[in-house]
Amino acid sequence: MATTSMAVRAFLLLLLVFLSLANLTLSLYEDQVGLVDWHQQYIGKVKDAVFHTQKSGRKRVVVSTEENVIASLDLRHGEIFWRHVLGSNDVVDGIDIALGKYVITLSSEGSILRAWNLPDGQMVWQSFIDGSGASKSLLTVPTNLIVNKENLILVFGKGSLHAVSGIDGEVLWTKDFAAESLEVKHIIQPVGSEAIYVLGFVGSSQFDAYQINPKNGEILKHNSAALSGGYSGEAILASSDILVTLDASRSKLVGISFQDGELNLQQTSISNILGDSSGTPVLLSSKLPGMFSVKLDGGVTLIKVTVEAKLEVMDKISSVVAISDAIPLTEGQQAFALVQHGDGKIHLTVKLSHDLSGDLLKESIVMDNQRGMVHKVFINSYIRTDRSNGFRALIVMEDHSLLLLQQGAIVWSREDGLASIVDVLTSELPVEKEGVSVAKVEENLFEWLKGHLLKLKGTLMLASADDVAAIQERRLKSSEKSKLTRDHNGFRKLLIVLTKAGKLFALHTGYGQVVWSLLLPNLRKSECEFPTGLNIYQWQVPHHHAMDEDPSILIVGRCGQSSDAPGVLSIVDAYTGTEINSMDLVHSISQVIPLPFTDTTEQRLHLLIDGNQHAYLYPRTSEAIDIFQREFSNIYWYSVETKNGIIKGHVLKSNCIQEVVDNYCFESRDIWSIVFPSDSEKIIATVTRKPNEVVHTQAKVIAAEEDLMYKYISKNLLFVATVAPKGSGAIGTATPEESWLTVYLIDTVTGRILHRMTHHGAQGPVHAVFSENWVVYHYFNLRAHRYEMSVIEIYDQSRADNKDVWKLILGKHNLTSPISSYSRPEVVTKSQSYFFTYSVKAIDVTLTAKGITSKQLLVGTIGDQVLALDKRFLDPRRSVNPTPAEKEEGIIPLTDSLPIIPQSYVTHALRVEGLRGIVTVPAKLESTTLVFVYGVDLFFTQLAPSRTYDSLTDDFSYALLLITIVALIAAIFVTWILSEKKELREKWR
Amino acid sequence: MAWSFRSRPVLVVLLLQLCFLLISPSLAISPESPEGYTIHGRVKIPSLGVKGFGLHGKISNIKVILNGGQSVTYLRPDGFFSFHNVPAGTHLIEVSAIGYFFSPVRVDVSARNPGKVQAALTENRRGLLEFVLEPLREEQYYEIREPFSIMSVVKSPMGLMVGFMVIVVFVMPKLVENMDPEEMRRTQEAMGNGGLASMLPGAAARN
Repeated sequence: MATTSMAVRAFLLLLLVFLSLANLTLSLYEDQVGLVDWHQQYIGKVKDAVFHTQKSGRKRVVVSTEENVIASLDLRHGEIFWRHVLGSNDVVDGIDIALGKYVITLSSEGSILRAWNLPDGQMVWQSFIDGSGASKSLLTVPTNLIVNKENLILVFGKGSLHAVSGIDGEVLWTKDFAAESLEVKHIIQPVGSEAIYVLGFVGSSQFDAYQINPKNGEILKHNSAALSGGYSGEAILASSDILVTLDASRSKLVGISFQDGELNLQQTSISNILGDSSGTPVLLSSKLPGMFSVKLDGGVTLIKVTVEAKLEVMDKISSVVAISDAIPLTEGQQAFALVQHGDGKIHLTVKLSHDLSGDLLKESIVMDNQRGMVHKVFINSYIRTDRSNGFRALIVMEDHSLLLLQQGAIVWSREDGLASIVDVLTSELPVEKEGVSVAKVEENLFEWLKGHLLKLKGTLMLASADDVAAIQERRLKSSEKSKLTRDHNGFRKLLIVLTKAGKLFALHTGYGQVVWSLLLPNLRKSECEFPTGLNIYQWQVPHHHAMDEDPSILIVGRCGQSSDAPGVLSIVDAYTGTEINSMDLVHSISQVIPLPFTDTTEQRLHLLIDGNQHAYLYPRTSEAIDIFQREFSNIYWYSVETKNGIIKGHVLKSNCIQEVVDNYCFESRDIWSIVFPSDSEKIIATVTRKPNEVVHTQAKVIAAEEDLMYKYISKNLLFVATVAPKGSGAIGTATPEESWLTVYLIDTVTGRILHRMTHHGAQGPVHAVFSENWVVYHYFNLRAHRYEMSVIEIYDQSRADNKDVWKLILGKHNLTSPISSYSRPEVVTKSQSYFFTYSVKAIDVTLTAKGITSKQLLVGTIGDQVLALDKRFLDPRRSVNPTPAEKEEGIIPLTDSLPIIPQSYVTHALRVEGLRGIVTVPAKLESTTLVFVYGVDLFFTQLAPSRTYDSLTDDFSYALLLITIVALIAAIFVTWILSEKKELREKWR
Repeated sequence: MAWSFRSRPVLVVLLLQLCFLLISPSLAISPESPEGYTIHGRVKIPSLGVKGFGLHGKISNIKVILNGGQSVTYLRPDGFFSFHNVPAGTHLIEVSAIGYFFSPVRVDVSARNPGKVQAALTENRRGLLEFVLEPLREEQYYEIREPFSIMSVVKSPMGLMVGFMVIVVFVMPKLVENMDPEEMRRTQEAMGNGGLASMLPGAAARN
């Protein structure tokens, strides 16, 4: 058995060497797009939406999202017309449509105003808002404010008010309010009024109203009034001349009427109008004409404001979760929508704002309860054929998905939670059950033959246009790809992703379709404020003893934003997506360590470290503790304190000494620590090897020198990069003299520094990947002002003597001596640096099942593309003039920069907008690795870094093979007959 | 560069003014604002027609990125872009456009001489007099599929097999036929006599 596998390996290696010499790039033909890859576009959780449905033609909605995306969506199908992903610190504060053709966005805390062409998303103009102060930003696009034939856009940002021309973005005038330290709440231009009103608060006790001339920004009138009861920070414009606010104690509503420059305050006690209640009232920000809404104890009260700023309760509605802004209908009427939840349905009600008794629309829609609660609702009206008003509602759910409701049904839905993936894990699919019917096979055989005939036609250029389309469709839609069972090559898997909303999705690798989803119940509990999902781990991967059990995964979350908040655990079945178990922990979670031990049911042991350096063992079973006690002294871990610049190594000491005896809690003890001098070094990156990486061979043959090097392979190596404090900012803030980058290779068991190197005049950010015995890292070289990538390879010298055959024969080698982290390693490192063109967002390396296939680096560039770079370009043995022997070995002549070959972009002509991470998973087939790239978009593909040497490509023509065989058989018969005849003739002669 | 002639300030000013007159919209200038300077520039893609920007969809997805993502901006329809509030120092501007390869640009914003910006491509260290960024080359992400030819079929393993068979079946008998009958007989005899060894020249000579 062993010999055959050895032979197979040797053969594969040979084949590999042969193949790898052939070509360094992997490339794709255009018609192969979509064959093994898929790309999905998302936008993220919608913050604001503006409909554009007035004109005939395409109906669309323009949205801004929490992922800093602005997008125009098709109202009919929910597809993206156009989309822009703004920079990560360019948060969109306001969005509106101006002049009926431009989308106006205000971003970066009110400092950048942009106009985009509505049909195609081309940026038309961009203005920078200058100002001295920092403040909340507001965008107002009045519909009928025309000054000197220019449509004005009013922007409040950086403590001042700006009037911007809608046509070219020119700032017409600016009025600075920074000196008054005014916190502006609203800017309005009441209908029929000449002036612009700027309303705001100074401190917590004074209200100010300014009347401003729209032509030049001059103050026409200024009034201020003292607020005796203070101000809570919430203010809502109830009508065009009355502002309503809550006082500081949240017990009184204050109506401020500001018409004609006279301020008139009217206080009303909340208990007077709403009755006694223990809850805290909250003003809802929905804009409703002549009224406002207060949320108290889960119910919402709509309160009307009369002309004298008197308050009247209009309606009390229980269990309302969202209210939309009012939209104008015909004949001066206005309507708004409210959403309620009840028995698995959501109830959408549209009411007229002046008459709350009747409902314009009342619909109940069955909603998947994995979508959670409704967070936001936006409505839009249209005229039905019978001239009545119809409504469509755009709702944003708790899981960040976006749905359009119309006529009591969900017209379309978008899973935009997938734009904010936090962590990714893969899971195998179930094994295929036996019992395939014969009929199905026969049909398949026929279909199979037909398919190959079509393909042959295609190769021989005999196919008609229809045939070509059929071939392409056949290739793209093979039913094999989306089966929910395990395949022989291991291409079909489940990608389990955790999103920011606390929802788990299982995506099929075939087309990226959602197999199941789960909104994690224990991250939604009311006692858990700001729940955050952190990571997912393999909990149970049955393969030996518990084959018939489903695999399960562990989701680690935290109840709160700070790192000392208590943790929550959840265990979920990976096939069905049902929660098996959940736990609320009493301790916090700062680190999760999957241990390399499993119990009899194949549950993996996990060690959770809390903020006080206590270790907790999970699962909490006596069997787990038995296994754990056996390995007690062999467990080491390390922690990185970036803020203090300390790396520490820890071991377990004893059981916790607490009032309550907990057998699963352990004290830990520091065994080493490395303190980086805070005035010269700051930790910016730490990377280790992936725990699931397989290394095929420890030895590296250096053919040119007929030598052998032993790779120093240790799971306990940590790569650390530190940078000078001055160089820790962005590019352009440090000079080459004051910034340097130091890299370390540290053994995490002993704390020994195996290698240290300084790059002078270099700066972060550092992106690094660690695999086998090498690290590749990317940083910025300030002297050359270019990015650089360096490689460090680390070799074990202590075993270098074993090359001597005589020693091996006489048994004087040390091959059988145990490898221990405590034995002092004699290592030697090799290093080389190269220029790299682009900024990098993420970097990873391909992983294969046995580690035989050569490796490629996957570099996520600033342009949101993923470049595959052969590891041989980052080989410290590269030299300018390699010897013929080295060339034969595959060493590439040294160049100062790494090549960017367009054909080696894994993402070909696509962009994975907002790229954040790259995940590689080995397939069962040694040559192939699966790559999943996530950001705002998702992208998945299969890669074969050394080509598919162990399987036939999809292009392989079986029909041609068949024809050849037939032709050969025919030829044999023909020649046989010919020779028979000839022989006969010979004999007659 | 114009501003290197320090010793003749009048000439410098004149030259500078000339420069501004000629290329003022495309030159990176940096006045105003206490916190920083503004960088103006232009992206030009020659292959998109003489006008440069007839195709809206193509340029609407081009991003210009300052310092590896510190800020991102887009192009106006005429290809102009600008960054605001950039502090003095040496910066890096990258252009991301699908289908084109742009070199990152090193931009020096000087605090001592406001209004002077020096730019150079980092890939080939070429200085830019005007701040106009052009792609170094177009990028083709797909292999071009070679058109079907009979040679590709012949060269494939199956083709080679068939070809070899054809040669053996049709050409070999012809060769055998064309041989001199005498020779043929002798060969057959030799083969009958002593197998291969007798066919060797040495063996023939002994006969």
